[in-house]
Amino acid sequence: MTDDEIKALVLGELKKIAPEAETGGIDPAVDLREQIDLDSMDILNLAIAIHAATGVDIPESDYPEMTTLDRAVAYLRPRIKK
Amino acid sequence: MPALGADMEAGTVLQWLVKPGDAVKRGDIVAVVDTEKATIEVEIFQSGVVEKIVVPEGEKVPVGEVLAIIRADGEAAAPPPAEKPKPAAAPPSPRPAARPPAPPPTGEQAPAPPATKAAAVAPSVEKPKAPPPPARPEHPRLRISPLAMRVALELGVDVSKVKGTGLDGAITRADVERAAKAAAPTPAKVAAPEAAPKPAPVTPPVEAPKAPAPPKPAVSPAERQAMMRKAIAAAMGRSKREIPHYYLSTEIDMSRAMEWLRAGNLKRPVTERLLYAVMLLKAVALAVREVPEMNGFFVEGAFKRSEEIHVGVAISLRTGGLVAPAIHDVDKKSLSEIMVNLRDLVKRVRAGVLRSSEIADATITVTSLGEEGVETVFGIIYPPQVALVGFGKIVERPWAAGGMVGARPVISATLSADHRVSDGHRGALFLAAIARILQEPEKL
Repeated sequence: MTDDEIKALVLGELKKIAPEAETGGIDPAVDLREQIDLDSMDILNLAIAIHAATGVDIPESDYPEMTTLDRAVAYLRPRIKK
Repeated sequence: MPALGADMEAGTVLQWLVKPGDAVKRGDIVAVVDTEKATIEVEIFQSGVVEKIVVPEGEKVPVGEVLAIIRADGEAAAPPPAEKPKPAAAPPSPRPAARPPAPPPTGEQAPAPPATKAAAVAPSVEKPKAPPPPARPEHPRLRISPLAMRVALELGVDVSKVKGTGLDGAITRADVERAAKAAAPTPAKVAAPEAAPKPAPVTPPVEAPKAPAPPKPAVSPAERQAMMRKAIAAAMGRSKREIPHYYLSTEIDMSRAMEWLRAGNLKRPVTERLLYAVMLLKAVALAVREVPEMNGFFVEGAFKRSEEIHVGVAISLRTGGLVAPAIHDVDKKSLSEIMVNLRDLVKRVRAGVLRSSEIADATITVTSLGEEGVETVFGIIYPPQVALVGFGKIVERPWAAGGMVGARPVISATLSADHRVSDGHRGALFLAAIARILQEPEKL
């Protein structure tokens, strides 16, 4: 998957998790929790959704890697390619 | 109209999911009702057969109003309502007398009166030859946000034909608008039908010309916000006026609990991982068994203890406001079961669809603002409950134990309790019980 595809995947899942949140203007470098008010349940749901879509199992200790869009892409890139 | 919270005065029937003649059993969702706070799926607390729908879709009625008549199992059928368009027969009263307003959420509220009395069937509302309402689709379990539902009503979109793209297939506003656009009714939607008073909001978009007028204009998100704020203010204002709160706080060493959770989550598939919140909920429920005066309602000048422990969980909405629906029987559930319940609840809260029992049944509430970085929460009791437990952020703190000082994850637990029911001593025992229970996470 390309970075853009990964980004689209994450954004798509976030949109499902937080349909009421404005995901259009997300700054990829800024903490998602601050931008769209994600909480630990949302992060868990994101991990579940990414696992379902890509097979990547994100251990709990790596949840901080999901806190910005840029970090999520960097984290998922090598793992999805495997 | 069931009282879905201390602050609710009225509700609008958005949709009926049953029709006269349908058999219903306790727990079935029979209607969708809109309140200031959320769209609520109303469950029936009486098995039987739907004899009559009293309040039509789109109508707003006060709490206590009879919504439908259910004939209890084994009860003789009342005369079929269709046979009685006798204008001469002066109706005893246009509608069965409203039940006493807003009973406290005792967990036994019936959205409809349990038994059918012949007199309860109001004949006056019948229109002799009212055109049959458009076939209403069956919605065994509706997943649609309140906003989407309102937009659907406004646009005359049949939600049963809309494919949901939200979480778990929930229908979102965008889905409804897309469906409306796809149906693209000709602008000649003017032909308002002859005075058909029964609003049938959910109508197939393609058949617009025949559709009765949609009920009432939807409220805007801003209005919805204002309504919710008003409802919260009313409940919290009442709480502060009527309940003599006292507050206690303690710090709890979470090292054992967090380590146990971390180790367990390593073995669990991602779909079954637990959040530490479920340990807190279970610990509160177990502590309630030891100090039962924290669990129940203060009504009619006295405390009514609840045997069941239904923990209300304060869940904030991203658009502002909060609701505190209940997870039932938390003390009897495993952590995994509580987690499943919590995930489901959060999803539905944010999709805007809750069930009546979840709104009305909580016997004690737990709120946690730790994720927002808050260390201590002093909550306001949700009346007529008598206690609220608040949890803050888990932070690393120096902790002395056995003559040694080390850094440990610590959480602040607070209790807001009703002095009419308990005092500081019992409150302290309650917090101590929570702390002790969390030291043995494997027993949760």
